[in-house]
Amino acid sequence: MKAARDWSVRHAKGLHRLYAMLESLLMLLDPLLRRIGYQRLDKPFARIEGWVKGFLFDSQSCGQCTLGETGMACPMNCPKTLRNGPCGGVRQNGCCEVKPEMTCVWVKAWEGSQRLDPPEQALQIIQMPVDARLKGRSSWLRALRLRREPSA
Amino acid sequence: MSFSDEPLAGENLPILPGHHSPGRFERVLRAGHFAVTAEIAPPDSADPAEVYARAQDFDGYVDAINATDGSGANCHMSSMGICALLTRRGYAMILQMSCRDRNRIAMQGDVLGAAAMGVANVLCLTGDGVQSGDHPEAKPVFDLDSISALSMVRHLRDESAFLSGRSISSPPPLFMGAAANPFAPPIDFRPHRLAKKVAAGAQFIQTQYCFDIERLKTFMAKVRDRGLHEKVFILPGVGPLASAKSAEWIRTHVAGVHIPDSVIKRLAGAKDQKQEGVDLCIELMQQIKEIEGVSGVHLMAYRQEHRIGEIVTKSRVLDSREPWRPPAA
Repeated sequence: MKAARDWSVRHAKGLHRLYAMLESLLMLLDPLLRRIGYQRLDKPFARIEGWVKGFLFDSQSCGQCTLGETGMACPMNCPKTLRNGPCGGVRQNGCCEVKPEMTCVWVKAWEGSQRLDPPEQALQIIQMPVDARLKGRSSWLRALRLRREPSA
Repeated sequence: MSFSDEPLAGENLPILPGHHSPGRFERVLRAGHFAVTAEIAPPDSADPAEVYARAQDFDGYVDAINATDGSGANCHMSSMGICALLTRRGYAMILQMSCRDRNRIAMQGDVLGAAAMGVANVLCLTGDGVQSGDHPEAKPVFDLDSISALSMVRHLRDESAFLSGRSISSPPPLFMGAAANPFAPPIDFRPHRLAKKVAAGAQFIQTQYCFDIERLKTFMAKVRDRGLHEKVFILPGVGPLASAKSAEWIRTHVAGVHIPDSVIKRLAGAKDQKQEGVDLCIELMQQIKEIEGVSGVHLMAYRQEHRIGEIVTKSRVLDSREPWRPPAA
């Protein structure tokens, strides 16, 4: 939904902070989550995540979220699914080359990133190609696992 | 111009210390020359003679030739095919690799194949959306984007390994390039994006058509502030517009091309619009050469390739230097 998506970009700073809090909270719960089993939790988590992020960001559930690094604009809404910045086809009015009625995801990401502290820095991170196997899985659980064991 | 260690046509030059490729293009740039590259229009044909004939327009005028990869999402002879034909005759080729049509398995294979055929340069592009071409019903791939493609090629070259980690016995010695569009929104993002491409491995940059020299100057000032011009060779794109009408068509239909009103007005007011387009292109080349941090120009003379010689000569951007031409048979 465009209205919610625009709202999220406008409130990128607050949402970014909320995200960090959520991560810390889940980190505290990690022993419990581990006891239940990450594998078993993946489906319910992915479902909740899909609802929340679907509503707020039109998340496409790629399973490897970069929202925190793209000004809280989901780059998977880009018709070319670009995760590293805008293509050269952005129209002079800031709209998408492929979908002329849609504002370029990266115009939004730039706006959102200006509200983060420090601005722009996260956009400099080179995003690796998407792992197609992770689509539909929980990226929150994945983020926790990566934080615990960075090589996983 | 040819180098003292110039091999037979179709064989590569030795790789000099500090260089990454066995190609003429990297040598020209690293020697500090102002370089000219040009785009070859791939034929809708399986006849190699058409490719050779088209390349002849560039003999002695350009330092490397870009073989486009389904540009505008239209189907033509492949970049790989054109590179295969022309490297055999000694041309310095830039393989354009778009992420639109191939996934990482195909692209890594192509990188090795191209290097094996003597292609010394690769340009990693995101690619136009399929909707803009003649097969809008096709499935867009975009497994990678231009920046992850750059880091993939660098991985192949510098780590001697595929993305999977499996090792490569002989890595591809490539000079790596990327595109930039300083003229499209979000304008403030563009220098950051360039920095990102350099961080991902880009060694040269060819830009979208420049018709707005002031915007290019602003962009280059930001590039210099970040010291990027010392890390990457930048070749702004230029090309002759055929008429005011075609300029109008291009700016409404071709994604990412910015043509200011003043340019269209100037063309419309000219007696010979085609000549005016060529003159404008020449003027832009001269103005671009004056900008600090620019290393050359990239000519995209679509359907006017036969005028490249005239454009390069009249612009005098090469001073007295004459780029390579195939040895007389």
